Amino acid sequence: MTMALVLDASLVLLIVGIATWTVVVRDAFPAIAGYAVYGLLLALAWVRLAAVDAALTEAAIGGGLTGVLLIRAAVRLRSTEAAARAESPGPLFRLFAALLAAGFAALLAIVILGLPDPAPTLTPEVAENMAVTGLGNAVTAVLLAFRAIDTLLEAVVLVFALIAVWTLTPDDYWGGRPGPKYATDPDGLLAYLGRLLPPLGIVVAIYVFWIGADLPGGKFQAGTLLAAMWLLTIIAGLQDPPPVSRRWLRGLLVLGTVVFVAIGFAGWPLAGYFLAYPESHAKPLILVIEAASMVSIAVTLGLLVVGPPERSNGS
Amino acid sequence: MSFLLDLWTVLAVSAGVFFFLAGTVGLLRFPDTLTRLHALTKADNLGLGLVVLGLLPHVGSLMGALKLICVWLFVLLAGANASQLIARFVKRSEPPA
Repeated sequence: MTMALVLDASLVLLIVGIATWTVVVRDAFPAIAGYAVYGLLLALAWVRLAAVDAALTEAAIGGGLTGVLLIRAAVRLRSTEAAARAESPGPLFRLFAALLAAGFAALLAIVILGLPDPAPTLTPEVAENMAVTGLGNAVTAVLLAFRAIDTLLEAVVLVFALIAVWTLTPDDYWGGRPGPKYATDPDGLLAYLGRLLPPLGIVVAIYVFWIGADLPGGKFQAGTLLAAMWLLTIIAGLQDPPPVSRRWLRGLLVLGTVVFVAIGFAGWPLAGYFLAYPESHAKPLILVIEAASMVSIAVTLGLLVVGPPERSNGS
Repeated sequence: MSFLLDLWTVLAVSAGVFFFLAGTVGLLRFPDTLTRLHALTKADNLGLGLVVLGLLPHVGSLMGALKLICVWLFVLLAGANASQLIARFVKRSEPPA
């Protein structure tokens, strides 16, 4: 008991400490490193709260993928960083920003500490009705059956983010290959890792996806793993990302959403309303949606990291 | 028998924690990037390996044990490659002495 308390307390101290450091530190790169560590510590906090699904997502997205995205952004901004620092805001502006941020944090604290005890929960209803879905993991049941509309909109948001990245393309390169061309030593270390790791990573990703029906895991974590493996082969110079004008690529991007919406509309005649599953077929339908979404999430996340097209179609 | 297994767990995990501690001290105290990398790989490889070996008797299932060993092997692979890449970058960006 006391040991667990010591562990939790030190975890909280570490999280608050690294969060403060991430905000206070002046350079972009150390701030990003701090943010990635913050994500991993937050994943540990989720594990301590017995929310393993959230922990897996936080480790994959917060600790891994967001860090890579931010590093790429920082490298792009490096040439302008000195200029941005020169125009430092005045003391009054900074005071105002600090007050605003502190006020917002205080508001959040008041709301969370003011929750009635025990907090309002829908857990009993989920546990009661979960058998209908045929799933063993309550989180997957909520995400894909009880609150499917939220998950559907989340998948759409990801594609919108990628469209926002693609709008940064210079006119000449529209439809070309995204990102720089990585030329690495074909016998080098990265190429070795790029050949060795993806087969193992793909097996792990499919395992994480498959187990998600009954245990912590699922399409988002698996899709992130697949995206990481794809990015590794790109950075190792083993393959080039396809030109963004390819029809099959765009098809893969929207595959998850299209399958989700199609099954959702099929629910109207078959089960009575939008996004409802016919009772005996809930689990296979959910697996089909998850599989299609996993592919779309992997491709979207990978292309988000690679960035807008930087080369014309031929090169 | 279970006493011996518990003793093994305590010994191996303690030894693993010692390597993590030594690796962390090295990371903080060593003078340049290459020596700091050297300290760090000790924590990753030996420290985590000993912790995994120590926990094996308590996993309860063969699949669980295999997963733990896989975690260690993945960390070995990632750690070795990442430190090689960092070392190569350092070597390239520093002018030869």
